[in-house]
Amino acid sequence: MQRSAGLMFVYRAYVVLFFLYLVAPLAAAGAFAFNDSMFPSLPWQGFTLDWFFSPVEPKLGLFYDDRLLRGLQNSLVIGLIVSALAVAAGTCNAFLFERRQFPFKRLLYILMIVPLVIPGVILGISILVFASMLANFADQTLGLFLTWLRPGIPLIVLGQFSFLTTITSLVIAARLQKFDISLEEAALNLGASRIRVLLTVTLPFLAPALFSAFVVAFLVSFENFNTTLMLVGSDAPLTITMYDRMVKVGSTPVLNAVSVFLMLGSGLLALASVLAQRPRKAA
Amino acid sequence: MRNDAGKLSLILLMAPFALWIGLLIVLPQLGIGYVSLREKVGINQYEFGPGNYADFIAEPIYRNTLFRTAWMSILVTALALLVGFPVAWYIAKIARERSRAALFLLCLIPLWVSDLVRAYGWIVLLRETGVVSTVLVGAGIIAQPVEMLYNDVTVVIGLVYTVILFMIVPLVSTLQGMDDALLEAGYNLGGGRLTVFRRIIVPYAMPGIVAGCIITFMLTAGSYLTPILLGGKNSSWFTEQIYNQFITRYNWEAGATFGVLLLGFTSLVVWAGLRLTGQSLSTTVAKE
Repeated sequence: MQRSAGLMFVYRAYVVLFFLYLVAPLAAAGAFAFNDSMFPSLPWQGFTLDWFFSPVEPKLGLFYDDRLLRGLQNSLVIGLIVSALAVAAGTCNAFLFERRQFPFKRLLYILMIVPLVIPGVILGISILVFASMLANFADQTLGLFLTWLRPGIPLIVLGQFSFLTTITSLVIAARLQKFDISLEEAALNLGASRIRVLLTVTLPFLAPALFSAFVVAFLVSFENFNTTLMLVGSDAPLTITMYDRMVKVGSTPVLNAVSVFLMLGSGLLALASVLAQRPRKAA
Repeated sequence: MRNDAGKLSLILLMAPFALWIGLLIVLPQLGIGYVSLREKVGINQYEFGPGNYADFIAEPIYRNTLFRTAWMSILVTALALLVGFPVAWYIAKIARERSRAALFLLCLIPLWVSDLVRAYGWIVLLRETGVVSTVLVGAGIIAQPVEMLYNDVTVVIGLVYTVILFMIVPLVSTLQGMDDALLEAGYNLGGGRLTVFRRIIVPYAMPGIVAGCIITFMLTAGSYLTPILLGGKNSSWFTEQIYNQFITRYNWEAGATFGVLLLGFTSLVVWAGLRLTGQSLSTTVAKE
């Protein structure tokens, strides 16, 4: 390919500019968490960790702010439950679509992908509407009060589960596809039971994919806003709490501290998932 | 006996899938379809009919919000493709082996940062007391601080930012599979840069382009935070209307109608895109 040096320089400059564009808002959100000022803006007043660790107003730090901590706790609970459920369902789906033949397989496969292309807000309202219909029905005909069908953590879990399962299914199915079926056959020939083969041969092979599916689901759940917004009750997860604070109180550097915390947390988890998926060199 | 066991295990394996798709996807979508066709005529009194849709068509504010969301989403998708393609090309074809992995990871990191944090970062940068404004005043380029938030240009910049990674990732994975010999063959046969690009690169990258465009478009049309936080109260984004009808006004009938319209509209665009390019949902989106 013929390339001129000048053109190449412009091209490289463009790529550098693009990465600056990517990093700039994240750097800005992060940097002002350490500014010793009441506002997340210039001028720089000196370095401080108050916005993380200060126990007193006016600079109440993230780790002493009860509402933010409660949001964090809710996010963790929701994330862990929904990821575990999505990985379990995703594993079933992976076996279903990789190993089995059944009528309407193609159509059902498309149905499995569809949740990814439905906007999150719509998933949220449709589940809200459907759950309320069920709850009203139970209330009117059976006299049951099903509070878990009203906005709150159980509904958030269901709402996030509805699209996270697609992601986990695809991740796990991709790994299962690479599995050499003769390994299972060998174990079966050697007299192992089906359950034993599953537990000692197939699932260990899938383990890295199960782990990264769990991490990905947890991260997406933790950061999810659109679906969650429609289903949230009195116990809001961290993103909703942070949004509320942003809209009602305005921005204070404690929100930057939350941002730093989120970036570090998700960065580390994403790294863990990348490392887990990497093929081992010496096996 | 063996066959029965096979059938039983198939049913057991099918159960989670059926419960998930049935109870969380299909029935809820039918549910909002049902509510959208329900007209409120009194307290707890309803009639069936397309009245909510007629209200939507009769009210220019609602109509215009949908059109605005639609054309801005298309604009954002086009811009993301224009801006992202050269970067994807660089990562896939020009960068050396080691820096390629690093660049790709660098691309992925913001993917894991919440929309909220990204939008917040833009607010810190662009508002009147923000970094950009202060620096420009300090450098003597402008006399007074300027508010750079709450206009359409900022909303578009922010939206492109939010979705561009979903464009770059599928592009890079498609382009990486392309054999450089194809390009050389194109040049050897006397093709110019433009011809090679149009006749070889674009057709080869098509699955990646379609996948990227679909995901980008869906995410933009369904986005909530970026238009509202960067566009302010008057961002007129369609998801905001849905939220207002549902949560603020508690008018579920109108909200459900808007939801059905948004879903119908985005599905139409995705379907048209797949049709025009001869791709299918499982060859594009599921590849990620």
